[in-house]
Amino acid sequence: MSEALNDDGVPPAAEPKSNLRFLIPLAIFIVLAGFLYRGLFLNPREVPSPFIGKPAPQFSLAQLAQPDQSFAPQQMQGQVWLLNVWASWCVACRQEHPLLVELARRKAVPIVGLNYKDKPDAAKGWLAQWGDPYDLSVKDLDGRVGIEFGVYGVPETFLIDKNGVIRFKQIGPITEEVWTTKMLPMIEELRRS
Amino acid sequence: MKRLLALLMLALPLAVLAADATPTDLDPVSAKRAVDISAQLRCLVCQNQSIAESSAELAVDLRRQVNEQIKAGKSDREIVDFMVDRYGDFVLYKPPFNMTTLLLWLGPLALGVLAVVAFVRTLRARNRAIVARPLTDAERVEAERLLSQVSKEQR
Repeated sequence: MSEALNDDGVPPAAEPKSNLRFLIPLAIFIVLAGFLYRGLFLNPREVPSPFIGKPAPQFSLAQLAQPDQSFAPQQMQGQVWLLNVWASWCVACRQEHPLLVELARRKAVPIVGLNYKDKPDAAKGWLAQWGDPYDLSVKDLDGRVGIEFGVYGVPETFLIDKNGVIRFKQIGPITEEVWTTKMLPMIEELRRS
Repeated sequence: MKRLLALLMLALPLAVLAADATPTDLDPVSAKRAVDISAQLRCLVCQNQSIAESSAELAVDLRRQVNEQIKAGKSDREIVDFMVDRYGDFVLYKPPFNMTTLLLWLGPLALGVLAVVAFVRTLRARNRAIVARPLTDAERVEAERLLSQVSKEQR
């Protein structure tokens, strides 16, 4: 190859320092393909919450069962608890509901429901039909408290520690796996501290 | 008549566009601000639309928040910060410049610089490789023969 070029009187361009130079594009391709492959398995719906490690927003809302009584997160001070955002119109809530009912039956952790943008009658009917795992539910009729918590999809669940700090957020239904591998160990640790 | 109709038809999409995200009870300046702010914010439910474009319920609620905060006299910055505090940097279509987004912001620039450096280096190496060398006598004769052949052919 270089001989042929010399015959034309034009010396070849600088000799490659190494014969492996032609592998550079391949290497770049492999790295890029690696990134893209990884991207296939990321869930764009899971937006990292800016709340982890921050105090839960304060609110005071009327309770679903007893509208004349209100609930505020301070009332849970000293306990590790879950704030579960749910609605009767939410299909995925049905999916996680049996697990919540089971957790309530085992008294695993206090669960407060934030009934998000729901009609109280529909919500009560839903609980009557599928069981009520909540210590109490509060009515967020216009979704304002939901916005305070950065809720964008229902169900969402916040794990809040004794000092009212959010430690974990589950977006979408809590699964058996998430509960046993992440939430339960975390709750036990937070209770000890 | 036909032309007028055609013109009106052309104007139709504009009317449709204007109907997007019309804030209800704001003065025109505030309304413009509301749309501008909403256009910077990503709708979390339908991630490829801004909350100005989206008709998802969450987007409607967030637009209401924006309108209320404008009425309460908050600055654009404060309203955007309010959203970031709750939904994270992800709500911003234009990601902020920080450690995690360093590569995102500077990556293209770095690649560009790299390309220019590689280009210049290649050119220089090629220039160095071309060595001026006087022709040997045999080569000169051959060159002249070829040249005269060409000029004959042209005639």
